[in-house]
Amino acid sequence: MALKQKQASEVATKIINQQELFILDVRNEDAYGDWKIEGASVTSMNVPYFDLIDGVEDILPKLPKDKEILVVCAKEGSSIFVGEELVEAGVENVSYLSGGMKAWSEYLEPVKVGDLPGGALYQFVRLGKGCLSYLIESNGEAAVVDANRMIENYTTFAENKGLTMKATFDTHLHADHISGGKALADSVNGTYYLPEEDAGEVTFDYTALKEGSTVTIGEVTIEPIYSPGHTIGSTSLMINDAYLLTGDILFVESIGRPDLAGKAEDWVQDLRTTLYDRYKEMAGELVVLPAHFSKMAELDEKGRVSAKLHDLYQKNDGLNVEKEEEFRKMVTENLPPQPNAYQEIRETNMGKIAPDEETKREMEIGPNRCAVN
Amino acid sequence: MNSQKTLDTKGLACPMPIVKTKKAMKDMESGEVLEVQATDKGAQSDLAAWAKSGGHELMKSEETDGVFYFWIKKA
Repeated sequence: MALKQKQASEVATKIINQQELFILDVRNEDAYGDWKIEGASVTSMNVPYFDLIDGVEDILPKLPKDKEILVVCAKEGSSIFVGEELVEAGVENVSYLSGGMKAWSEYLEPVKVGDLPGGALYQFVRLGKGCLSYLIESNGEAAVVDANRMIENYTTFAENKGLTMKATFDTHLHADHISGGKALADSVNGTYYLPEEDAGEVTFDYTALKEGSTVTIGEVTIEPIYSPGHTIGSTSLMINDAYLLTGDILFVESIGRPDLAGKAEDWVQDLRTTLYDRYKEMAGELVVLPAHFSKMAELDEKGRVSAKLHDLYQKNDGLNVEKEEEFRKMVTENLPPQPNAYQEIRETNMGKIAPDEETKREMEIGPNRCAVN
Repeated sequence: MNSQKTLDTKGLACPMPIVKTKKAMKDMESGEVLEVQATDKGAQSDLAAWAKSGGHELMKSEETDGVFYFWIKKA
């Protein structure tokens, strides 16, 4: 039986449908420890490819029988090398991940969140990196929120549905991934919205995303709500009084970290006010849609990440810290490591540096790490 | 840095830089130093991890004009 090729989209479908998947990850131990393909139905084993150059006999007893084995590496070269060795050794049902972890990091799965007048709201789930972006559709028009760098995902989606892209929004200046907001808006002659307070060092044209300036897409209203704390400009978007896009301020299982622009101490109070006053006054029935997730367990049976606001006030630990001092400690001390290359990513998102595609890919490798835990 | 042997893997993608390094090391004596040149970015962390797992010493590494240079002392 020959070695088979598996696309990132096929792996995504398996994970969302919770189908069993055995992964042999042949990257080095540090890379595997830092970041890997996860999911409730995923079992993975790490053996660096350089330990398998002379043969795979040692690991054969450890591999499951009668199950598909997916070999994964950084790009794909080493997984093909090891996969072919396995096939030669008589192992059946072996495949490799086309494009490796790079392709996994870049794959977006679009899922429908719910209906809107004249259209619907879609969440684009970046499984490999935990990034969530959104497409709002109404009466043939579309807008995208917190777009990823791979903008063809949104343009192709819009073209297939015959939509005209009018605007793109960034809820804040991102530090974990390279924004596609500006490039996407430029490619469709649309408007790019970015909070002014985050745009102090931005080198290109943008339209200020401001509370009070509502944007209409078809029949749907997008209402900006100033909600600082992760960054000083962080602005949430209320979609038709039904959905609240919280950016990196509030997640399903955590809250945003205030330190990625080097101003944790200054922004703690803003974060506290947003989460404990501003959001609390809003309707509990609102469906919260964040810009990230951190665990695969946050995905529901259709692959969506969302929660009702009042449920989060019950369950999310970050919303239930009574003492301000304790809250300050929680969001400024013992934080996880910063995202990979976060300074360079911020500078790229400001237009100050323009790395080539390959470098951009490298910068985004790894988990997003925008939450406090 | 002095080396007894130089291996050019420029232009080769993963896993070939390590496959060739491993082969070159086999023909060397303990204590001898192999210089490896590579352009594959992944070689950086992989060569370091491979050397460590085999007990070899990665004495030095540097990058000049997009080429990575490694000096590995055989265990």
